[in-house]
Amino acid sequence: MIAGDWRPARVARASAATPSARVLRLEVSGWPGSAAGQHIDVRLTAEDGYQAVRSYSLASYGDATEVEIAVDEVPDGEVSPYLVRDVQPGDELEVKGPLGGYFVWHPQDAGPVQLIAGGSGVVPLVAIARAATDAGAAASFRLLYSVRRSEDAIYRDELTSGAEDGGVRVTWAYTRAAPPGWEGSVGRVDDALLRASVWPVEQNPLVYVCGPTGFVEHVADALVELGHSPGRIRTERFGGAS
Amino acid sequence: MAVVSRGFGARRRESDPHLPPGQYVTEDFPVLSAGPTPRIDRAAWRFEIREGSELLAQWTWDEFVALGVEDVHTDIHCVTRWSKLGTSWRGVSIDTLLAGVDSSASYAMAHSYGGYTTNVPLAEMRGGRAWVASEFDGAPLDPEHGGPARLLVPHLYFWKSAKWVHGLTLMDQDAPGFWEQNGYNMHGDPWTEERYW
Repeated sequence: MIAGDWRPARVARASAATPSARVLRLEVSGWPGSAAGQHIDVRLTAEDGYQAVRSYSLASYGDATEVEIAVDEVPDGEVSPYLVRDVQPGDELEVKGPLGGYFVWHPQDAGPVQLIAGGSGVVPLVAIARAATDAGAAASFRLLYSVRRSEDAIYRDELTSGAEDGGVRVTWAYTRAAPPGWEGSVGRVDDALLRASVWPVEQNPLVYVCGPTGFVEHVADALVELGHSPGRIRTERFGGAS
Repeated sequence: MAVVSRGFGARRRESDPHLPPGQYVTEDFPVLSAGPTPRIDRAAWRFEIREGSELLAQWTWDEFVALGVEDVHTDIHCVTRWSKLGTSWRGVSIDTLLAGVDSSASYAMAHSYGGYTTNVPLAEMRGGRAWVASEFDGAPLDPEHGGPARLLVPHLYFWKSAKWVHGLTLMDQDAPGFWEQNGYNMHGDPWTEERYW
Protein backbone atom coordinates (compact mmCIF):
# COMPACT_ATOMS: atom_id res chain seq x y z
CA MET A 1 0.00 0.00 0.00
CA ILE A 2 1.77 3.11 -1.23
CA ALA A 3 -0.05 6.38 -0.75
CA GLY A 4 1.72 7.93 -3.73
CA ASP A 5 1.21 11.45 -4.93
CA TRP A 6 -1.85 13.66 -5.25
CA ARG A 7 -4.26 12.45 -7.92
CA PRO A 8 -6.65 14.77 -9.72
CA ALA A 9 -10.29 13.95 -9.03
CA ARG A 10 -13.63 15.21 -10.30
CA VAL A 11 -16.91 15.25 -8.42
CA ALA A 12 -19.13 12.81 -10.32
CA ARG A 13 -22.17 12.94 -8.05
CA ALA A 14 -23.25 14.80 -4.92
CA SER A 15 -26.36 13.73 -3.03
CA ALA A 16 -27.86 14.82 0.27
CA ALA A 17 -27.72 12.05 2.87
CA THR A 18 -28.97 13.77 6.02
CA PRO A 19 -29.81 17.39 6.90
CA SER A 20 -26.08 17.98 7.53
CA ALA A 21 -24.29 15.41 5.41
CA ARG A 22 -23.70 14.70 1.76
CA VAL A 23 -22.42 11.68 -0.12
CA LEU A 24 -19.86 12.55 -2.79
CA ARG A 25 -18.72 10.24 -5.54
CA LEU A 26 -15.32 11.19 -6.92
CA GLU A 27 -13.81 10.03 -10.19
CA VAL A 28 -10.12 9.66 -9.34
CA SER A 29 -7.57 9.55 -12.11
CA GLY A 30 -5.31 6.50 -11.76
CA TRP A 31 -6.98 5.29 -8.55
CA PRO A 32 -5.23 2.06 -7.50
CA GLY A 33 -8.20 0.62 -5.55
CA SER A 34 -8.67 0.25 -1.82
CA ALA A 35 -9.48 -2.27 0.89
CA ALA A 36 -12.71 -1.87 2.85
CA GLY A 37 -12.17 0.54 5.77
CA GLN A 38 -9.39 2.68 4.30
CA HIS A 39 -9.44 6.46 3.98
CA ILE A 40 -8.17 9.23 1.72
CA ASP A 41 -6.78 12.71 2.09
CA VAL A 42 -8.72 15.33 0.12
CA ARG A 43 -6.90 18.51 -0.94
CA LEU A 44 -8.70 21.66 -1.99
CA THR A 45 -6.91 24.53 -3.70
CA ALA A 46 -8.34 28.05 -3.94
CA GLU A 47 -7.76 30.19 -7.01
CA ASP A 48 -4.99 32.11 -5.22
CA GLY A 49 -3.15 28.90 -4.34
CA TYR A 50 -4.35 28.56 -0.74
CA GLN A 51 -4.79 24.89 0.18
CA ALA A 52 -6.45 22.82 2.86
CA VAL A 53 -6.40 19.05 3.39
CA ARG A 54 -8.68 16.76 5.39
CA SER A 55 -8.98 13.01 5.80
CA TYR A 56 -12.20 11.16 4.91
CA SER A 57 -13.07 7.50 5.21
CA LEU A 58 -14.14 5.73 2.05
CA ALA A 59 -17.59 4.13 1.86
CA SER A 60 -16.41 2.39 -1.30
CA TYR A 61 -13.83 -0.33 -1.73
CA GLY A 62 -12.26 -2.27 -4.56
CA ASP A 63 -10.87 -1.32 -7.94
CA ALA A 64 -13.45 1.06 -9.41
CA THR A 65 -11.97 4.49 -10.23
CA GLU A 66 -15.04 6.19 -8.74
CA VAL A 67 -14.71 6.38 -4.95
CA GLU A 68 -17.29 7.46 -2.39
CA ILE A 69 -17.04 9.56 0.75
CA ALA A 70 -19.71 10.96 3.05
CA VAL A 71 -19.06 14.35 4.64
CA ASP A 72 -20.88 15.62 7.71
CA GLU A 73 -20.76 19.40 8.09
CA VAL A 74 -18.82 20.61 11.11
CA PRO A 75 -20.20 23.97 12.32
CA ASP A 76 -17.54 26.68 11.86
CA GLY A 77 -15.55 24.22 9.76
CA GLU A 78 -13.42 25.25 6.83
CA VAL A 79 -13.54 22.28 4.47
CA SER A 80 -16.70 20.37 5.38
CA PRO A 81 -19.14 23.26 4.64
CA TYR A 82 -17.61 23.55 1.17
CA LEU A 83 -17.97 19.83 0.50
CA VAL A 84 -21.50 19.66 1.95
CA ARG A 85 -22.96 22.87 0.52
CA ASP A 86 -20.81 24.32 -2.25
CA VAL A 87 -19.11 21.67 -4.34
CA GLN A 88 -20.99 20.52 -7.45
CA PRO A 89 -20.63 17.70 -9.98
CA GLY A 90 -17.81 18.57 -12.36
CA ASP A 91 -15.78 20.46 -9.75
CA GLU A 92 -12.21 19.36 -9.24
CA LEU A 93 -10.11 18.50 -6.22
CA GLU A 94 -7.22 16.20 -5.40
CA VAL A 95 -7.02 12.89 -3.58
CA LYS A 96 -4.19 10.94 -1.95
CA GLY A 97 -4.52 7.35 -0.92
CA PRO A 98 -5.69 4.83 -0.09
CA LEU A 99 -4.44 5.35 3.46
CA GLY A 100 -4.44 3.23 6.61
CA GLY A 101 -3.63 -0.45 6.83
CA TYR A 102 -5.21 -1.41 10.15
CA PHE A 103 -8.86 -0.40 10.34
CA VAL A 104 -9.61 -2.57 7.31
CA TRP A 105 -11.40 -5.81 6.60
CA HIS A 106 -10.19 -8.46 4.22
CA PRO A 107 -12.38 -11.41 3.19
CA GLN A 108 -9.83 -13.81 4.69
CA ASP A 109 -10.13 -12.25 8.18
CA ALA A 110 -11.68 -14.69 10.66
CA GLY A 111 -15.22 -13.78 11.80
CA PRO A 112 -17.79 -13.28 13.00
CA VAL A 113 -17.52 -9.51 12.57
CA GLN A 114 -19.29 -6.87 14.62
CA LEU A 115 -19.49 -3.32 13.27
CA ILE A 116 -20.39 -0.50 15.70
CA ALA A 117 -20.89 3.04 14.40
CA GLY A 118 -21.62 6.35 16.04
CA GLY A 119 -22.92 9.08 13.71
CA SER A 120 -20.81 9.62 10.60
CA GLY A 121 -18.43 6.94 11.89
CA VAL A 122 -20.58 4.59 9.84
CA VAL A 123 -18.76 5.45 6.61
CA PRO A 124 -15.83 2.97 6.75
CA LEU A 125 -18.20 0.38 8.21
CA VAL A 126 -20.48 0.77 5.18
CA ALA A 127 -17.44 -0.07 3.03
CA ILE A 128 -16.87 -3.19 5.14
CA ALA A 129 -20.57 -4.14 5.03
CA ARG A 130 -20.60 -3.74 1.24
CA ALA A 131 -17.45 -5.85 0.92
CA ALA A 132 -18.91 -8.53 3.21
CA THR A 133 -22.16 -8.63 1.25
CA ASP A 134 -20.32 -8.88 -2.07
CA ALA A 135 -18.14 -11.66 -0.63
CA GLY A 136 -21.23 -13.59 0.49
CA ALA A 137 -20.18 -13.19 4.12
CA ALA A 138 -22.99 -10.92 5.37
CA ALA A 139 -24.52 -13.64 7.53
CA SER A 140 -21.51 -13.48 9.85
CA PHE A 141 -21.74 -9.67 10.12
CA ARG A 142 -23.77 -7.44 12.40
CA LEU A 143 -23.94 -3.65 12.55
CA LEU A 144 -24.96 -1.59 15.58
CA TYR A 145 -25.53 1.98 14.42
CA SER A 146 -26.11 4.78 16.96
CA VAL A 147 -27.55 8.07 15.70
CA ARG A 148 -29.29 11.01 17.34
CA ARG A 149 -32.42 10.59 15.24
CA SER A 150 -33.43 8.41 12.33
CA GLU A 151 -32.97 11.27 9.86
CA ASP A 152 -29.33 11.68 10.96
CA ALA A 153 -28.43 8.19 9.74
CA ILE A 154 -26.20 8.35 6.68
CA TYR A 155 -26.92 5.30 4.44
CA ARG A 156 -30.18 4.63 6.30
CA ASP A 157 -32.02 3.37 3.20
CA GLU A 158 -29.17 1.21 1.94
CA LEU A 159 -28.61 -0.39 5.34
CA THR A 160 -32.32 -0.97 5.94
CA SER A 161 -33.01 -2.55 2.58
CA GLY A 162 -29.76 -4.50 2.71
CA ALA A 163 -30.72 -6.00 6.06
CA GLU A 164 -34.10 -7.05 4.62
CA ASP A 165 -32.44 -8.53 1.58
CA GLY A 166 -29.94 -10.94 3.11
CA GLY A 167 -27.32 -8.27 3.84
CA VAL A 168 -25.72 -7.26 7.12
CA ARG A 169 -28.17 -7.31 10.04
CA VAL A 170 -28.58 -3.84 11.57
CA THR A 171 -29.51 -2.85 15.12
CA TRP A 172 -30.43 0.81 15.47
CA ALA A 173 -29.82 2.91 18.56
CA TYR A 174 -31.32 6.39 18.92
CA THR A 175 -29.77 8.75 21.43
CA ARG A 176 -32.22 11.71 21.16
CA ALA A 177 -35.46 10.62 19.56
CA ALA A 178 -36.78 7.42 18.01
CA PRO A 179 -38.90 7.17 14.87
CA PRO A 180 -42.66 6.47 15.21
CA GLY A 181 -43.40 2.92 16.20
CA TRP A 182 -40.01 2.36 17.86
CA GLU A 183 -40.39 0.02 20.80
CA GLY A 184 -36.85 0.11 22.11
CA SER A 185 -35.38 2.61 24.51
CA VAL A 186 -33.84 5.95 23.59
CA GLY A 187 -30.43 6.88 24.94
CA ARG A 188 -26.78 6.15 24.58
CA VAL A 189 -25.56 2.65 23.85
CA ASP A 190 -25.39 0.76 27.14
CA ASP A 191 -24.31 -2.66 28.36
CA ALA A 192 -27.77 -4.17 27.89
CA LEU A 193 -27.90 -3.12 24.25
CA LEU A 194 -24.35 -4.35 23.64
CA ARG A 195 -25.20 -7.72 25.20
CA ALA A 196 -28.34 -8.00 23.10
CA SER A 197 -26.98 -6.86 19.75
CA VAL A 198 -23.26 -7.70 19.60
CA TRP A 199 -21.97 -11.19 18.73
CA PRO A 200 -21.40 -12.93 22.06
CA VAL A 201 -17.99 -13.04 23.70
CA GLU A 202 -17.86 -16.84 23.27
CA GLN A 203 -17.76 -16.38 19.50
CA ASN A 204 -14.74 -14.08 19.81
CA PRO A 205 -15.96 -11.59 17.19
CA LEU A 206 -13.66 -9.18 15.43
CA VAL A 207 -15.11 -5.77 16.36
CA TYR A 208 -14.75 -2.49 14.47
CA VAL A 209 -15.85 0.63 16.35
CA CYS A 210 -15.88 4.04 14.62
CA GLY A 211 -17.33 7.35 15.72
CA PRO A 212 -16.69 10.42 17.84
CA THR A 213 -14.06 10.01 20.56
CA GLY A 214 -16.53 9.86 23.45
CA PHE A 215 -18.65 7.23 21.72
CA VAL A 216 -15.70 5.01 20.82
CA GLU A 217 -14.13 5.31 24.28
CA HIS A 218 -17.43 4.39 25.93
CA VAL A 219 -18.23 1.45 23.63
CA ALA A 220 -14.70 0.01 23.60
CA ASP A 221 -14.45 0.23 27.40
CA ALA A 222 -17.85 -1.43 27.78
CA LEU A 223 -16.93 -4.25 25.38
CA VAL A 224 -13.74 -4.97 27.35
CA GLU A 225 -15.79 -4.97 30.57
CA LEU A 226 -18.19 -7.47 28.99
CA GLY A 227 -15.24 -9.77 28.31
CA HIS A 228 -14.30 -9.03 24.71
CA SER A 229 -10.57 -9.33 24.05
CA PRO A 230 -8.95 -5.89 23.57
CA GLY A 231 -6.88 -7.40 20.77
CA ARG A 232 -10.08 -8.15 18.80
CA ILE A 233 -11.39 -4.57 19.01
CA ARG A 234 -10.24 -2.16 16.30
CA THR A 235 -11.13 1.48 16.80
CA GLU A 236 -11.16 4.64 14.77
CA ARG A 237 -11.97 7.85 16.61
CA PHE A 238 -12.59 11.26 15.20
CA GLY A 239 -13.16 14.64 16.71
CA GLY A 240 -11.81 18.09 16.12
CA ALA A 241 -11.70 17.69 12.34
CA SER A 242 -13.39 20.47 10.43
CA MET B 1 -0.65 22.97 -13.08
CA ALA B 2 -2.45 22.59 -9.78
CA VAL B 3 -6.07 21.56 -9.69
CA VAL B 4 -8.26 24.47 -8.52
CA SER B 5 -11.44 23.76 -6.59
CA ARG B 6 -13.97 26.25 -7.86
CA GLY B 7 -15.21 28.58 -5.14
CA PHE B 8 -13.10 27.10 -2.37
CA GLY B 9 -11.35 29.26 0.19
CA ALA B 10 -14.04 31.56 1.56
CA ARG B 11 -13.81 30.14 5.08
CA ARG B 12 -10.03 29.90 5.26
CA ARG B 13 -8.12 30.08 8.50
CA GLU B 14 -5.32 32.52 9.21
CA SER B 15 -1.91 31.04 8.51
CA ASP B 16 0.44 30.52 11.42
CA PRO B 17 4.23 30.11 11.12
CA HIS B 18 4.08 27.45 13.83
CA LEU B 19 1.88 25.28 11.64
CA PRO B 20 3.66 22.67 9.48
CA PRO B 21 2.44 22.23 5.88
CA GLY B 22 -0.92 20.51 5.45
CA GLN B 23 -1.95 20.97 9.10
CA TYR B 24 -4.75 22.97 10.73
CA VAL B 25 -5.07 24.26 14.28
CA THR B 26 -7.50 22.59 16.66
CA GLU B 27 -8.44 23.75 20.13
CA ASP B 28 -9.71 20.26 21.02
CA PHE B 29 -7.47 17.37 21.94
CA PRO B 30 -8.53 14.60 19.54
CA VAL B 31 -7.82 10.97 20.44
CA LEU B 32 -6.39 8.45 18.00
CA SER B 33 -5.81 4.88 19.12
CA ALA B 34 -6.01 1.56 17.34
CA GLY B 35 -7.99 -0.17 20.08
CA PRO B 36 -9.58 0.20 23.50
CA THR B 37 -7.89 2.40 26.10
CA PRO B 38 -5.83 0.28 28.52
CA ARG B 39 -6.26 1.11 32.23
CA ILE B 40 -2.94 0.84 34.06
CA ASP B 41 -2.63 1.23 37.80
CA ARG B 42 0.29 3.42 38.81
CA ALA B 43 1.13 0.91 41.56
CA ALA B 44 1.73 -1.75 38.90
CA TRP B 45 3.28 0.60 36.31
CA ARG B 46 6.92 0.12 35.36
CA PHE B 47 9.16 1.84 32.86
CA GLU B 48 11.88 -0.38 31.44
CA ILE B 49 14.83 0.03 29.13
CA ARG B 50 15.91 -3.16 27.39
CA GLU B 51 18.42 -4.19 24.77
CA GLY B 52 17.83 -7.59 23.25
CA SER B 53 16.79 -9.83 26.14
CA GLU B 54 18.70 -7.76 28.71
CA LEU B 55 16.91 -5.46 31.16
CA LEU B 56 19.16 -2.38 31.46
CA ALA B 57 17.02 -0.25 33.76
CA GLN B 58 13.60 -0.28 35.41
CA TRP B 59 11.68 2.26 37.47
CA THR B 60 8.52 2.09 39.53
CA TRP B 61 6.19 5.11 39.37
CA ASP B 62 7.68 6.66 42.51
CA GLU B 63 11.23 6.04 41.33
CA PHE B 64 10.35 7.52 37.92
CA VAL B 65 8.87 10.70 39.37
CA ALA B 66 11.86 11.06 41.72
CA LEU B 67 14.17 11.29 38.67
CA GLY B 68 12.97 14.85 38.21
CA VAL B 69 9.95 16.05 36.27
CA GLU B 70 10.45 18.92 33.83
CA ASP B 71 8.00 21.45 32.38
CA VAL B 72 7.60 21.15 28.60
CA HIS B 73 5.85 23.73 26.43
CA THR B 74 5.45 22.62 22.86
CA ASP B 75 3.29 22.33 19.76
CA ILE B 76 2.05 18.89 18.72
CA HIS B 77 1.20 17.70 15.21
CA CYS B 78 -0.94 14.69 14.31
CA VAL B 79 -0.57 12.99 10.92
CA THR B 80 -4.38 13.18 10.61
CA ARG B 81 -3.72 16.90 10.05
CA TRP B 82 -4.59 18.58 13.32
CA SER B 83 -2.02 20.53 15.28
CA LYS B 84 -2.38 21.85 18.79
CA LEU B 85 -0.22 24.85 19.59
CA GLY B 86 1.25 25.87 22.94
CA THR B 87 0.52 22.70 24.93
CA SER B 88 1.89 22.25 28.47
CA TRP B 89 3.26 18.94 29.72
CA ARG B 90 5.38 17.65 32.57
CA GLY B 91 7.60 14.62 32.28
CA VAL B 92 10.99 13.02 32.72
CA SER B 93 13.51 13.70 29.97
CA ILE B 94 14.72 10.74 27.91
CA ASP B 95 18.23 12.14 28.55
CA THR B 96 17.65 11.51 32.25
CA LEU B 97 16.31 8.00 31.63
CA LEU B 98 19.25 7.09 29.38
CA ALA B 99 21.91 8.74 31.58
CA GLY B 100 23.01 5.54 33.32
CA VAL B 101 22.47 3.25 30.33
CA ASP B 102 25.54 1.93 28.53
CA SER B 103 24.64 1.14 24.92
CA SER B 104 25.87 1.83 21.41
CA ALA B 105 22.39 1.37 19.89
CA SER B 106 21.10 3.93 17.40
CA TYR B 107 17.34 3.25 17.49
CA ALA B 108 14.64 2.58 20.02
CA MET B 109 11.32 0.77 19.82
CA ALA B 110 8.84 2.23 22.29
CA HIS B 111 6.57 -0.44 23.76
CA SER B 112 3.20 0.32 25.31
CA TYR B 113 0.78 -1.41 27.61
CA GLY B 114 -1.79 -2.85 25.23
CA GLY B 115 0.82 -3.83 22.65
CA TYR B 116 1.37 -0.63 20.66
CA THR B 117 4.89 -0.02 19.36
CA THR B 118 6.64 2.80 17.51
CA ASN B 119 10.23 3.27 16.39
CA VAL B 120 12.31 6.42 16.91
CA PRO B 121 16.02 7.06 16.28
CA LEU B 122 17.78 7.52 19.63
CA ALA B 123 19.48 10.69 18.38
CA GLU B 124 15.99 12.19 17.95
CA MET B 125 15.14 11.49 21.57
CA ARG B 126 18.32 12.92 23.08
CA GLY B 127 19.27 16.54 23.64
CA GLY B 128 16.12 17.67 25.43
CA ARG B 129 13.78 16.69 22.58
CA ALA B 130 11.82 13.81 24.13
CA TRP B 131 10.19 12.94 27.45
CA VAL B 132 8.09 10.36 29.20
CA ALA B 133 5.19 12.67 30.09
CA SER B 134 2.93 12.12 33.08
CA GLU B 135 0.98 15.39 33.18
CA PHE B 136 -0.92 17.46 30.62
CA ASP B 137 -2.22 20.95 31.23
CA GLY B 138 -1.57 20.82 34.96
CA ALA B 139 -3.29 17.50 35.66
CA PRO B 140 -2.33 13.81 35.60
CA LEU B 141 -2.49 12.49 32.05
CA ASP B 142 -5.93 10.99 31.25
CA PRO B 143 -5.96 7.32 30.19
CA GLU B 144 -7.45 8.23 26.80
CA HIS B 145 -4.48 10.52 26.16
CA GLY B 146 -1.98 7.87 27.28
CA GLY B 147 -1.90 8.01 31.07
CA PRO B 148 -0.28 7.10 33.38
CA ALA B 149 2.52 8.16 31.02
CA ARG B 150 3.18 8.58 27.32
CA LEU B 151 6.23 9.19 25.24
CA LEU B 152 6.43 12.82 24.08
CA VAL B 153 8.51 13.43 20.94
CA PRO B 154 6.81 16.61 19.79
CA HIS B 155 9.07 17.39 16.83
CA LEU B 156 7.77 14.23 15.09
CA TYR B 157 4.16 13.38 14.14
CA PHE B 158 2.28 12.51 17.28
CA TRP B 159 1.88 8.76 16.61
CA LYS B 160 5.56 8.57 17.63
CA SER B 161 4.55 9.85 21.08
CA ALA B 162 3.38 6.40 22.20
CA LYS B 163 0.53 6.38 24.71
CA TRP B 164 0.62 4.10 27.79
CA VAL B 165 4.35 3.72 27.29
CA HIS B 166 5.94 0.84 29.18
CA GLY B 167 9.53 1.03 28.00
CA LEU B 168 12.12 1.37 25.28
CA THR B 169 13.95 -1.46 23.57
CA LEU B 170 17.27 -0.24 22.17
CA MET B 171 18.20 -1.50 18.70
CA ASP B 172 21.24 -1.31 16.39
CA GLN B 173 19.01 -1.30 13.31
CA ASP B 174 15.75 0.52 12.66
CA ALA B 175 12.58 -1.58 12.53
CA PRO B 176 8.94 -0.58 11.93
CA GLY B 177 6.49 -0.23 14.82
CA PHE B 178 2.71 -0.58 14.65
CA TRP B 179 1.68 2.30 12.37
CA GLU B 180 4.97 2.07 10.53
CA GLN B 181 3.87 -1.44 9.45
CA ASN B 182 0.45 -0.08 8.53
CA GLY B 183 1.25 2.57 5.97
CA TYR B 184 2.97 5.33 7.94
CA ASN B 185 6.47 6.74 7.59
CA MET B 186 9.46 5.31 9.47
CA HIS B 187 10.59 8.79 10.62
CA GLY B 188 7.61 11.19 10.62
CA ASP B 189 8.92 14.76 10.37
CA PRO B 190 5.88 17.09 10.12
CA TRP B 191 7.86 19.92 8.52
CA THR B 192 8.76 17.76 5.50
CA GLU B 193 5.42 15.91 5.59
CA GLU B 194 6.88 12.45 6.17
CA ARG B 195 3.39 11.02 6.57
CA TYR B 196 3.06 7.80 4.62
CA TRP B 197 5.07 5.13 2.85
